[in-house]
Amino acid sequence: MGIHMRPADLLSRTAGRFECQVLIENNGQSIDCKSIMSILTLGARQGTQLNLRVTGPDAQQALDALCELFEQGFDESDSEVATEQTS
Amino acid sequence: MLELQGIAVSPGVAIGKVLILDREGYRITRSQIDSADRHNELDRLRTAIAEASKRLEQHRRDSTEKIGVDIGAIFSAHQQLLLDTTLHREWERLISDSCYSAEFAVSTVLSRYAHAFRNMGSDVMAERAGDIRDVERTLLEALGGAPLQVSGGLGQSILLSHDLTPAETAGLDRSKIIGFCTEAGGPGGHTAIVARGMELPAVVGLGSFLHRIARETTVILDGFSGRVVLQPDEAALKDYRQRMEVRAGRVKQLTEIRDLPAVTQDGTRVTLLANIEFPGEIAASLQRGAEGIGLYRTEFLYLGADTEPSEEEQTTAYREVLSQVDGLSVIMRTLDLGADKVGKFTLLEPESNPSLGLRSIRLSLRQPRMLRTQLRAMVRAACGGKLKIMFPMISTLHELRTARMLLRQVIDELAEEGHQPPQKIQVGMMVEVPAAVLMLERFVREVDFISIGTNDLIQYTMAADRSNEYVADLYAGHDPAVLRLLQTSVDVAQAAGVEISVCGEMSSNPITSLLLVGLGVRILSASPASLPQMKQALRQVRLEDCTQIAKRVFDFDTAREVDAYLKTRFAELLPEMALGV
Repeated sequence: MGIHMRPADLLSRTAGRFECQVLIENNGQSIDCKSIMSILTLGARQGTQLNLRVTGPDAQQALDALCELFEQGFDESDSEVATEQTS
Repeated sequence: MLELQGIAVSPGVAIGKVLILDREGYRITRSQIDSADRHNELDRLRTAIAEASKRLEQHRRDSTEKIGVDIGAIFSAHQQLLLDTTLHREWERLISDSCYSAEFAVSTVLSRYAHAFRNMGSDVMAERAGDIRDVERTLLEALGGAPLQVSGGLGQSILLSHDLTPAETAGLDRSKIIGFCTEAGGPGGHTAIVARGMELPAVVGLGSFLHRIARETTVILDGFSGRVVLQPDEAALKDYRQRMEVRAGRVKQLTEIRDLPAVTQDGTRVTLLANIEFPGEIAASLQRGAEGIGLYRTEFLYLGADTEPSEEEQTTAYREVLSQVDGLSVIMRTLDLGADKVGKFTLLEPESNPSLGLRSIRLSLRQPRMLRTQLRAMVRAACGGKLKIMFPMISTLHELRTARMLLRQVIDELAEEGHQPPQKIQVGMMVEVPAAVLMLERFVREVDFISIGTNDLIQYTMAADRSNEYVADLYAGHDPAVLRLLQTSVDVAQAAGVEISVCGEMSSNPITSLLLVGLGVRILSASPASLPQMKQALRQVRLEDCTQIAKRVFDFDTAREVDAYLKTRFAELLPEMALGV
């Protein structure tokens, strides 16, 4: 249970490179993707569907970078991701 | 000035500077700052974060080079945690809004997260608590903190902490720490026992107070009344310094009665023995007039060690004890580990109800190899000394018989190996489970002596956890139910002609020691520090006074009434002592 240290690190680092706001939504709960502590406390299980919500000037670039991370599968995670972009 | 009331668990008064130990064992010199300093404190935090981040970056590079990317990735994640702005906001809020020191803010927030992860019920999550602790350590170091173990150059301080384990307490440097206060804990916990053994004044169960400690303040700790005074004014300091002088005078007086026998005015002789944890306490015990060791708690050999102590190490320790007591007898209790005294190396799975679980003799019989090693060491040490072996927490005859059988095997084995056989070793049991009291007439046929461990007997009779502050009031040795079990034990032992002693803390309190003598007990074993006042009390009363007390207490329905009666009676019989206690 829970997102592991390594993917949480990569997620928050990647999101942190961009100016836009990045939120992860899980079960109606939404947390800041730039905060590793928030990601760790998210309590997502493997296979959980997570939504990414990106808002801001470089939203598309951020989304691309994050999607790439998920597609590469980090190391162990196989979370499916659904994305939604608002600008 | 701020006065707090807690539970006094180890007598003595200490005045010193505060030293806060955070939940992970780091020392923090203050938790509060002046509101004018908030801006500086925020700067200090930011500088420390930058510094800690630099150190983690260095670690990451070093370990990636030397060990590989996997380890480097851990430091990378730690660095990311350190730079998490969510955390920064929480820290900064505590500094700006609540005037917390940077260290205390960091420790408070991270402890909360670590605690939450630990309680998620998954090993992966629990490991994360370890990561958070690492980040906390790095940041506290950057803020200038150091682990308690390596703290040097401190003056004499009073340790303030949320809680302390028995092992942590035993590891305190007596030359630097002159007392301690904790938020958690209750009377009779093992931490309290260790504190008394070390003669370290202590107050526990103060409730949440650490966040109220101002900058490097002085604190008065009164281990007699349970009072703790933070930032004391001159009058309070003067008052307590005077009391310390009076007490020093009384201690001197008590030392003077050391060589006088513990005998009542009408000639009833009582034997006073000492409870010890470490061989190092023997000198202090003899100095205070102990006539032997009534309880040597061997588990402290195990608690401080990283690995199980070997047969040789144990033999040496037990021989040392015997050689120091000058031919007096020593009751050695076999391992009483479990519950809140878990060694670093024992492979105990967490139990949902440790006090009722696999502890003490149950654990020993389940892991007979460990008990066997200990018994071998005891038997080997027994030659040339008066060593008695006692098994703790016996509930059934089956347990007693199994333990005795192991002992017989060990003695035979050693004889076959050519060791000099010891003279007959007396074997006894602790009576601390109500079941043992109820079956005592059968038990006494199979032992040479019994010793009542009142601490556990109270806990198991009242079904009250002695270190849980919410139910600690149920835990009372003078409860009518406990008194009935004590009376039964004494009657059965006397009828069978089996030696009976009391080694729990009830014997160390002067008033309950008189009660025990009234019940018929003639051997009392207590912490070395309490022996002189027990003797002083005994020497001033007649046996008749004690018997009368022991009769009268059975008239009452509740612990509260018994307590009130005992206090009144004590004040009548020993007005001088009653004032001092």
